[in-house]
Amino acid sequence: MSNDANNELWRRFAIAAPYLWLLVFFLAPFAIILKISLADPILAQPPYSPAFASDGTPSMSLGNYSFLLSDDLYAISYLRSVTMAAATTLLCLLLGFPMAYGIARSPAATRNMLLLLVVLPFWISFLLRVYAWMGLLNNHGAINNLLLWVGLIDAPLQIMYTDFATAIGLVYSYLPFMILPLYASLERLDMDLVEAAQDLGASRTRAFWDITWPLAKAGTIAGCLLVFIPAMGEYVIPYLLGGPDSLFIGRVLFDEFFLNRDWPLASAVAIILLMLLVVPIVLLQRAQARDEEPAA
Amino acid sequence: MRRRSRFILSALAFGYAFLYIPLISVVIYSFNDSSLSAVWGGFSTRWYSELFRNTQVLDALFLSVKIAVTSATLATILGTMAGLALARFGRFKGRTFFSGMISSPMVMPEVITGLSLLLLFVTLQQLTGWPGQRGFSTITIAHTTFSMAYVAIIVQSRLVAMDESLEEAAMDLGGRPLRVVFDITLPLIAPAMIAGWLLAFTLSLDDLVIASFVSGPGSTTLPMLIFSKVKLGVSPDINALASIIIAAVSLGVVVAWIAMRRNAKPS
Amino acid sequence: MKAFIHIKEISKHFGDFVAVDNVDLKIAQGELFSILGGSGCGKTTLLRMLAGFEIPTSGSIEIDGTDITHQAPYDRPVNMMFQSYAIFPHMSVSKNISYGLRKDRVAKKEIAKRVDEILELVQLTELKDRKPDQLSGGQRQRVALARALIKRPKVLLLDEPLAALDKKLRERTQFELVNIQEELGITFVVVTHDQEEAMTLSDRMAVMDSGQFQQIGTPKEIYEFPHNRFVADFIGTINIFDGIVTAVDDDRISVYSDEAGETLTALGKQLVDVGQQIDIAVRPEKIFIGKEKPDDANDVCIEGTVHDLGYLGNRSLYRIKLSSGKIVQVSSQNRRRSVTRFLDWEDKVWISWKPRSAVVLLDK
Repeated sequence: MSNDANNELWRRFAIAAPYLWLLVFFLAPFAIILKISLADPILAQPPYSPAFASDGTPSMSLGNYSFLLSDDLYAISYLRSVTMAAATTLLCLLLGFPMAYGIARSPAATRNMLLLLVVLPFWISFLLRVYAWMGLLNNHGAINNLLLWVGLIDAPLQIMYTDFATAIGLVYSYLPFMILPLYASLERLDMDLVEAAQDLGASRTRAFWDITWPLAKAGTIAGCLLVFIPAMGEYVIPYLLGGPDSLFIGRVLFDEFFLNRDWPLASAVAIILLMLLVVPIVLLQRAQARDEEPAA
Repeated sequence: MRRRSRFILSALAFGYAFLYIPLISVVIYSFNDSSLSAVWGGFSTRWYSELFRNTQVLDALFLSVKIAVTSATLATILGTMAGLALARFGRFKGRTFFSGMISSPMVMPEVITGLSLLLLFVTLQQLTGWPGQRGFSTITIAHTTFSMAYVAIIVQSRLVAMDESLEEAAMDLGGRPLRVVFDITLPLIAPAMIAGWLLAFTLSLDDLVIASFVSGPGSTTLPMLIFSKVKLGVSPDINALASIIIAAVSLGVVVAWIAMRRNAKPS
Repeated sequence: MKAFIHIKEISKHFGDFVAVDNVDLKIAQGELFSILGGSGCGKTTLLRMLAGFEIPTSGSIEIDGTDITHQAPYDRPVNMMFQSYAIFPHMSVSKNISYGLRKDRVAKKEIAKRVDEILELVQLTELKDRKPDQLSGGQRQRVALARALIKRPKVLLLDEPLAALDKKLRERTQFELVNIQEELGITFVVVTHDQEEAMTLSDRMAVMDSGQFQQIGTPKEIYEFPHNRFVADFIGTINIFDGIVTAVDDDRISVYSDEAGETLTALGKQLVDVGQQIDIAVRPEKIFIGKEKPDDANDVCIEGTVHDLGYLGNRSLYRIKLSSGKIVQVSSQNRRRSVTRFLDWEDKVWISWKPRSAVVLLDK
């Protein structure tokens, strides 16, 4: 039957088109990064040695990786990225949880409005939002002016180009990623459960730790990972707010690539960053897969 | 209404102030006649007129919009197919791998996506001669790749929530599968596709890092231009640009909000 | 019986799970046939195989002499009314109803005519331009019915047709459904978990469990003469006594039951042997209850005490405790008007029934 053949063709096409696209433009590039991370930098176009010498013998080495290990610069920037990403995640959770809770417990009419206000900054350019903080935080910026005017300080505080400024920028940019999944799981939470716990003698705090917190765990995990993973590789925020010397792994990669034109080393940095992120990424996908299948 | 504690209310107040004060301050600064942020030089709209005379900005904006429209459209087509495949085609070979690969670009750090795609384009050029020049086409491909993931997830979750017997009923009444997709499935997931398109459009307009990797000489997107300016510090015409975008987005959201409320009322 | 629908040795496996297990069924033309069973018994899978949404693992289905086992849903002369009704939310009532004809490229004039006819049949003429979200539950049910009937299918499948309606509406709709079926003469196959619905709707019905038919028959046969313990238990309420056959005469058998503490007699030409373990079952409304021992020596009589009682208006329910500890349920009509109770807690009573009221259940 030609019609059934058509239908089968359509099914195949609908699967194959996105599948092939991702194979070519998402998966294949990783193989290439891996290959180039094993090459040597040379002065040519493109600036890396071929995987096989002209006589056909393979010329790959782990030289870039051993260089990464030998120079403290890289270890320090990986470590700094992890610490900053973890601190950002914690701050986002501390601010995001009560906000998500408050939104979920608002009357239905205001709830959507509050939620919209969380999402709205997301539609405004990320770069411009970080830029907005530059205007607030610099030595002649609004915050210093305000503090000077009130008389709390005599000379401008150096906020700009510190880790503190970077942290503010990170929390500001990723807060919605924390609030949304938390809101989703808190909104589903039946408030009768909390009242039942209180009815059975739990204090408000006790009821929170016994009921709300465990039931919001899925949202908490998703939110934390959604903040931690992109914060690890962040480039723009540390550059603009943390100043030129702020060593973040995303920046190191960017600079190795664009300033030093050392493509093999940049690839090796990317491979190690990816390896650090494999565990959280897999965790996140698991959490989301579990969320998709509603509990029976 | 249940009582919300003072702690929760102050967290809400602080959180929203934190989210909105920077945006408000940019709008205020954009009307400052002085080019120094420290001094209030009086009310002026001169940064706006300077912005509109700046052909560099207008060119970059045009390129960015062109890329965003093309990549959002491609991402919506591919993402919808992927969402359909995941939600409606049952089991097929490689499904688990497929679903893992669909969502991965969403969580991949931009520096890695950007670097990997650039290396791909360089390799392809060596092997096939294409792409001869990096710019519109390479940025569009890169943006399509990561934003189709968002479309696929949105479409898939809409399909999962949708009663599958609607499509079965159409088939039972004589609609052939491909016909049913156009008669029933697509009209019903249209809101999800529109939401996905808008998200892909925004993500593309917003992207700096990936575009920096995969663009070539002569192709500067708006975020790349802004970045090269603000690297050097606060720049008053960028304040004006940011204010215009804030106003446009807020207006769009208010219109969408009113439209939604009006739609919701009759039923 | 000439089979209009002939299901031959059909099975459906999902991995290791056997949803439908080697089922045979014949349904006559114009019959209203119900498949009754609990959730997970395989009834929905069977219906979906008739509709073409599942392909059987083995076996075949014939409709009107044609093998349709591997025909696609859109090629079958079968239409279905879905449990959720599956009304297309983006189409008006008349667009929903005409969908099937439009897919068959029927001429526009003909479509308009047939839509008007069917709208009249289900009394929806005034609502034809409404959108589904402006309809009540009962109206949606009628749209779904009209949409499935307009192609004049050979067979209409109905998946829990009344489950989404409230109780009052359900009772009225049951009779409407039967009237429409009689008027059009289309063969209906209904799947339901609601025994009352199956009993009132069906010409014949099948009770299904674990992928197999436990019994097929008219509602009356199934209620009055259940084949086995599952069917007896599933349909209505019944008292079951374990026992051993002590004697077999030409038309009656005697069974001694420890639970009853008596020998129970029942009519039956079943092939049973002395010494065989069987069950005797009696429906609560077939049991008489009184303070004195009834004088008919043929009746089965057992003494007990009133353990519990409930007044339901038209009838009263008693739970009688026998000396073995077994509880027997008795239901009796309240024919006389009275405010005082005829029986009270802990009263000594006699329960009795005619041997022909008892059912012999062979396999357990």
